[in-house]
Amino acid sequence: MAADQDETSGTTQRAEEFLQVFKRGAEFTQDLLRENERLRFQLLEMEQGNVAGDGVGNVEHLKSRIDMLESEKQEILSRIQEVQQENQDYDNRYSEIEAENNLLANLYISSYQLHSSLDITEIIRIIQEILLNLVGVEQFSILMLDATQQYLRPLVVEGLDPSMIASVRVGEGAIGQVLKSGERRLHTPEPSADLLAEPPVIIPLAVGDDIIGVINIYKLLQQKETFSDIDEELFNLLGAHAAMAIFTAMLHLERGGQPVFSDSFFARVTEDLY
Amino acid sequence: MSNYKVLVVEDSPTMRQLIVFALKRIRGLQIAEANDGVGGLKKLSSEKFDLILTDINMPIMDGLKLVSLIRNDPNYKEVPVVVITTEGAQEDRERALSLGANEYITKPIQTAKIIDVVRSLLDGVG
Repeated sequence: MAADQDETSGTTQRAEEFLQVFKRGAEFTQDLLRENERLRFQLLEMEQGNVAGDGVGNVEHLKSRIDMLESEKQEILSRIQEVQQENQDYDNRYSEIEAENNLLANLYISSYQLHSSLDITEIIRIIQEILLNLVGVEQFSILMLDATQQYLRPLVVEGLDPSMIASVRVGEGAIGQVLKSGERRLHTPEPSADLLAEPPVIIPLAVGDDIIGVINIYKLLQQKETFSDIDEELFNLLGAHAAMAIFTAMLHLERGGQPVFSDSFFARVTEDLY
Repeated sequence: MSNYKVLVVEDSPTMRQLIVFALKRIRGLQIAEANDGVGGLKKLSSEKFDLILTDINMPIMDGLKLVSLIRNDPNYKEVPVVVITTEGAQEDRERALSLGANEYITKPIQTAKIIDVVRSLLDGVG
């Protein structure tokens, strides 16, 4: 009986012990599950954190890329503006060169033609051509100083009745003043002005320091409203070269058209040179 | 523009020289000159030209008559013709265009204008 009681007690004790072990196992299992849950949560948090961290990085990267592209775009736009400006400069320069080329062509050809003949009629025709074709003059006259040196006499009248152009006394009126001063007159006349007495353009014809005549321009061709830079250069050229051409042709005419060089001419040149 | 031949018909040596000066700036262009319409016709009958540039006011045969004869010639019916007129002479321009001229240039002429007009017409030929 006692043995049975002992056996029962031992069994109960073992059962108690088993229950205790089982209970601790269950508690341990619960602890493990909680720890697992905590770790899973932590892992999830970390994963989410990592994803969030990559997004920020991407945005920063993209912002940086945008800034770089924006900078490149500004550089390209700036370069385009520079190229456009350069093109504009080239266009302007091309136009200037064309204008200069045109001017030089006009001057070269006028000069070449004026000195291409000793025939006074031919010289006059060339002056007419220059004024008509290169400047665009419709009405003009050429007055030369006469033998008395007191009057300018009409030599050529173009586009007008020659009887309308009278001789002019040196120093009198606009034309006489230009002969005296040697200064070209270029002005816009008043509507009521007498253009024959005060032409818009009076060009003194100079041989060296001597003024031997004038070219008076009364009217331009229709539609030619103003003078250009080329016209002014042509006036300068005519003032010097037309005068010389007329003077040379006059000497040639007076010498009977023979280009004969006298002994005294040779002697004078030799003396001056050597 | 190489191998193109242009005939300049102009009685004024000054103008002719200026026109030729301008045309020489077109690379490769071959240029022939005549003093008036009759001289121009002689050139046209002996050589083939790709463009004709003529003044209107000329002695012996003026530019209008020349344009008319050119357009009646089967060999030159389609060849571009440019007339040079005095500024403001609108009647001359209209008459020249009605006779078959392709373009006109007014005096006083600009070398750049000559080059532009001739280049443009020869581009059309090419």
